[in-house]
Amino acid sequence: MIETILSNLALIIGTTLMYSTPLIYTSLGGVLSENSGVINIGLEGMMVIGAFAGAAIGYFVGDPWIAFIGAGIAGGLFGLLHAFACVTFGANQVVSGIAVNFLGAGIALFLSRMFFEGATMTKSIALDNKMPRPLNGVFPDGSLLKIIFDNQYATVYLAFFMVLIIWFFMYKTKYGLRLRSVGEHPTAADTLGISVMRIRYFAVIMSGVFAGFGGAAMSLAIVSNFRPTLISGHGFIALAAMIFGKWKPQGALLACLLFGGAQGLAVFLGQFDFEISTQLISMLPYVITIVVLIGFVGKSAAPSADGIPYEKEHKY
Amino acid sequence: MGYENVTQSLTKVIEMKKITKKFGDFVANDSVNLDVFKGKVHALLGENGAGKSTLMNILYGLYSPTSGEILINGKKVDITNPNIAIEHGIGMVHQHFMLIKPFTVAQNIILGQEPTSKMSVLNMKKALKDVKEISERYGLYVDPNAKIEDISVGMQQRVEILKALYRGAEILILDEPTAVLTPQEIVELIQIIKNLTKEGKSIILISHKLKEITAAADFCLIIRRGKHIDTVVVSETNEEGLASKMVGREVSFSVAKDDKESGDEIFSIKDLIVKDNRDIIAVDKLNLSVKKGEILGLAGIDGNGQTELLEAITGLRKVESGEIKINGENITNNTPFQVISKKISHIPEDRQKRGLVMDFDISENTILENYYKYPFAKRGVLQYDNIRIYAKELIDKFDVRPKEESKMARTLSGGNQQKVIIAREVTNNPDLLIAAQPTRGLDVGAIEFVHKALIEQRDNDKAVFLISFELDEIMNVSDRIAVIYEGKIVGIVDAKDAEVEKLGLMMAGGGNE
Ligand SMILES: Nc1ncnc2c1ncn2[C@@H]1O[C@H](COP(=O)(O)OP(=O)(O)OP(=O)(O)O)[C@@H](O)[C@H]1O
Ligand SMILES: [Mg+2]
Repeated sequence: MIETILSNLALIIGTTLMYSTPLIYTSLGGVLSENSGVINIGLEGMMVIGAFAGAAIGYFVGDPWIAFIGAGIAGGLFGLLHAFACVTFGANQVVSGIAVNFLGAGIALFLSRMFFEGATMTKSIALDNKMPRPLNGVFPDGSLLKIIFDNQYATVYLAFFMVLIIWFFMYKTKYGLRLRSVGEHPTAADTLGISVMRIRYFAVIMSGVFAGFGGAAMSLAIVSNFRPTLISGHGFIALAAMIFGKWKPQGALLACLLFGGAQGLAVFLGQFDFEISTQLISMLPYVITIVVLIGFVGKSAAPSADGIPYEKEHKY
Repeated sequence: MGYENVTQSLTKVIEMKKITKKFGDFVANDSVNLDVFKGKVHALLGENGAGKSTLMNILYGLYSPTSGEILINGKKVDITNPNIAIEHGIGMVHQHFMLIKPFTVAQNIILGQEPTSKMSVLNMKKALKDVKEISERYGLYVDPNAKIEDISVGMQQRVEILKALYRGAEILILDEPTAVLTPQEIVELIQIIKNLTKEGKSIILISHKLKEITAAADFCLIIRRGKHIDTVVVSETNEEGLASKMVGREVSFSVAKDDKESGDEIFSIKDLIVKDNRDIIAVDKLNLSVKKGEILGLAGIDGNGQTELLEAITGLRKVESGEIKINGENITNNTPFQVISKKISHIPEDRQKRGLVMDFDISENTILENYYKYPFAKRGVLQYDNIRIYAKELIDKFDVRPKEESKMARTLSGGNQQKVIIAREVTNNPDLLIAAQPTRGLDVGAIEFVHKALIEQRDNDKAVFLISFELDEIMNVSDRIAVIYEGKIVGIVDAKDAEVEKLGLMMAGGGNE
């Protein structure tokens, strides 16, 4: 009895890690962008394009890491676009984000039809060309650790490592200090000779890169191809996780684990024959997102200048 | 002696020559000259909107001048951004502080020039040591680990000065440094300025308080509506002389006020208890009343419950217990909308946060409370023609500059923002006018104007409740003076019998009669 409970628990932990991973990358992207003062609801679109680029490059080139980096570059290009609109032209950041979302989905579909004989779905990557599973076969058969780690892709471990890196960058390096200062009070940063433009460009592009990674973590590891419904709101969930995590990388990590856990649970419950329809169960992560956002999020945590375009010669 | 003779033997560190700055068609600086000398304090005096901050923002590289040139230590320099200004030893403390609230004092000071070890990793140990060193050297004591949001305004200002000194500033621009300080903090600041000049630093000081200019400055440049008027040696003139040069006419420092019998009590507060943001009692069983045709002044040091009292009256903060009445009607815990409709008007403490919508133009700001009423709206649709006509009237009557009702509130100078608020509130013809710090940051001409407006209300048999940290203002304008200390009224005196020493003592919690 105890044994089945433990192994079920291990199974849920395993799926939680798996499903949290794309969210973690993407919400780290959100953390970077919004701490520099640029709202990024375009994460979804950046994730979609990353997922497509990962799957397509993975299929044609065959190397998962090249595909992963390619996904980051694709996301980064969309980040550049968002930065161009919001930082250079001071456009409304929400509107630009929405445009990025439409564009991401549209371009991914267009390119898919172009390169895959009109199909909206990319062809599957050969199993050997997917992300490696570093701990595959390391643990003895039947052990709980095996249940948790045996099938985890390298992207999972990398995600946790990235949280550490971003945390260190933001709180322990001078560029992190500058990035946060620009998100809190750009005029003050400007008076100290810090280039608000440059920092925001960097942050928004990196935000796209991470969302691209997030998408690829989906299409190169969890599944092995791209389809238009693959991302379906994960970018928004990552955004919510970043908010729930109070705009901090460590907070976002915990929130992603929570949302990923909800998804893992939904998958786990899905295997039983319940009276409840599976559609309702699959709603779980989304419902939890909404409940959490309504119930637990204070307003004060956002960087003060988040969402406000910065103009020079604006009255000081 | 004259300016030329006095300055002959001094070293010029900065020369601003024929600086002109236009915003669109509007000329904010019109061929202004400014020389700064080593180890001296140069004051900048001018009405609100005269162009003082603009001139300094040019020197600091935040605005680029339309024409004119700047010489530093005799060499022409193009200051296109603050980095260049910092490199040339210019530091600036802005009128509105440029501090990052959630950061610590040390983080704010080092930002942009952070000490690092390998790979851009912050070396906070060295940062703390550096901060401690300069703060001891200039007697500017701060707690480097405190967060900005937790320290007083006076402390924040020290941080601003330290920021400049950390960057090796030899020339320090202080833009209205005393507008938000308590009298004690002002005395300390003047001492700090003296210490700095002794070390050979040069200071540019902007202030509307003539007392401070005569106490701290060596020279004074006077600007009027963007134009260079004169540069004088401060020791050869006096406050009256400076004031009339600045405004272009005689200014009276004490307001003319006729004796007047006050009428019936119209506004009263009984046993009021209000809590502050931290849930601590800020207003503690306070009792107060204001009569028709009188100005009741509330004297007290900042932080003794004034803000909470105001917010409670105006419906912005919950009243725990007690009663607030106007015209016999209970308005305790009414909404701001209800309070306004009971004919209470409010000139708020923080004009940018609560007085104006900064991204609305002047005309829209003048109807914030009446936007839904005829003639400003007809069947729910705003009548912009009527609104504009109304705004033009107010602009004329209250001398708001520039005279353009379509100008964004954000782009007005502090004094003119205040005039817009006063125009709106007074024109509402309230039974009770509450004025909180109505002259903070205003020039002497504008102060005279505000005081006249308050007295006119009183002469029209209206009640006025004036809250101010400036004892001079309270004593000049009020009919009766109440003193608040730790949320309680500790004494009420007739303004005619008020003595500074006695009030000061009461404000500090002593001498309760
Ligand atoms: N960015 C801007 N855009 C348009 N107009 C501006 C801008 N900055 C300043 N002005 C205008 O230039 C004039 C001078 O403003 P400035 O802030 O220099 O005045 P000031 O002398 O510092 O006044 P105060 O004593 O009230 O601070 C004002 O009329 C203001 O409306
Ligand atoms: Mg100014």
